[in-house]
Amino acid sequence: MIFHGRKISPGVAEGEALVSAMGISFYGGIEPETGLIVEKGHDLLGQSIREKVLIFPTGKGSTVGSYTLYRLKKAGNAPAAIINAESETITAVGCIISDIPCVDHIPIENLKNGMRIRVVAETGIVEIL
Amino acid sequence: MELSEEEQKILNGYAGEANRKAMEILVALGTIYGADRLIPVTSVQVSGVSYDNLGEAGLEFLADMASGDAKAKVLTTLNPAGMDIENWRALGIDADFAKNQERVIEAYTKMGIIPTCSCTPYLFGNVPHYGEHISWGESSAVCFANSVLGARTNREGGPSALAAALTGKTPNYGFHLTENRRPGLSVQVRATISGTHGFGALGVAIGKVIEAQNTKCIPYIVGIPQASIEELKSFCASLATYGGLALFHLQGITPESLLFEAPQTSLVITQEDLENAANFLNDPGPVDEVDFVSLGCPHLSLQELARVADRLKGVKVKKPFWITTARPTKYIADQMGYTSIIEEAGAIFASDTCCVVAPIKGRFKAIATDSAKACYYAAAKNGFKTHFMPFDEVIAEALK
Repeated sequence: MIFHGRKISPGVAEGEALVSAMGISFYGGIEPETGLIVEKGHDLLGQSIREKVLIFPTGKGSTVGSYTLYRLKKAGNAPAAIINAESETITAVGCIISDIPCVDHIPIENLKNGMRIRVVAETGIVEIL
Repeated sequence: MELSEEEQKILNGYAGEANRKAMEILVALGTIYGADRLIPVTSVQVSGVSYDNLGEAGLEFLADMASGDAKAKVLTTLNPAGMDIENWRALGIDADFAKNQERVIEAYTKMGIIPTCSCTPYLFGNVPHYGEHISWGESSAVCFANSVLGARTNREGGPSALAAALTGKTPNYGFHLTENRRPGLSVQVRATISGTHGFGALGVAIGKVIEAQNTKCIPYIVGIPQASIEELKSFCASLATYGGLALFHLQGITPESLLFEAPQTSLVITQEDLENAANFLNDPGPVDEVDFVSLGCPHLSLQELARVADRLKGVKVKKPFWITTARPTKYIADQMGYTSIIEEAGAIFASDTCCVVAPIKGRFKAIATDSAKACYYAAAKNGFKTHFMPFDEVIAEALK
């Protein structure tokens, strides 16, 4: 199955889907040294985003979050790609400066944990393999 | 998005790598959010300063940006750092952290950015006027600039604010456009609200309702006859923290309340709602567990420093008591004699920084503060219990 969305940050990536129904605050919500989600009460609490295709509705929280994505990338703990329903500025900028492919305007309710996903961000394509 | 010839050349790298990257960030944002063009900005506030938040990777990014000869093209000031730049030893900051924090500041100053290191740039010299297009990070200052001053900025992340500083431009979308500043919800306040603490609680009460609605509608607030600058800065910090909001209209007080009518959909805030909001920030547990007291989130104004000095004249504090403010504000406090009174009482000035961004995770058990925003980060980031109380009671708590 193929979905057509909007390019946020270019690149091609493939990986296992990790899906959240909740917003993610990269600053404070994810530990840059490990890639683990640490926000209390989050539906992905304790899971690693490393090399996953990370799927969530939209970002939230501090304006420093873009730098957290950059730290994750440099530490080798970044997701392979990010898919949002609607990307906000903090996630978008974080992906752009960290070379993480990112696409939004995707009906993310169709994507489930463990699916193999391919993202071709340039053309906004998300494919379930 | 349409680019001028000059902008296209910068994007192609003719003004160096840092400017190319800056333009790339702005063009990407503009394209995503449907901006028609870039517009000039007159003022920038950059967030992402504490080394505790940036880490080595963030510092490297900044050092790369600063490595050429890219310079800020417009007035650009800086958010708080992770320590007092001069007095860090007294705050128990270790030397390695201090060295790295200094590298961050150096990178910014090399780019011509003024290291005010404050979340309240609008109190000293970075004061945009009504309708001015600006590019600010720091959620509380964004909310203040948009709402109280009537300037226009999106909620910028650290890198996008830096990109605006280097190019003097921002993409024309979001809060830069009048139609996106229209209120979507009326808030009727049927309660008496005063002080930084009261306005902080109001921010929690309104912010949490809007956050739960999952649509970031702009509130049009009625029923507040007056509010001081200090109360408004507290309210902005709280509303941005708990509701993620960048703009509100307050009838009779904020300039754009004159442009719009109060919307039909209405939310009522009662005295009980305010009490519930305040209770939400108060951890259960005896107040005598408080082992850390802090005022200055957002940074204290001159008037607030005068009040602290007045209350501390001739007495001694019995707990670590951080007074967080901006260095420019402190300079005037020095001249007025407030600083010596406060320091003689044993309170510690933590200029350039605050209890939100300093590396103090786990150092204390429970904080007393008048700031709703400080409560959020004290709990989430630093693992402290929180006791939320009015300004004068916070000072009294330090004396117990």
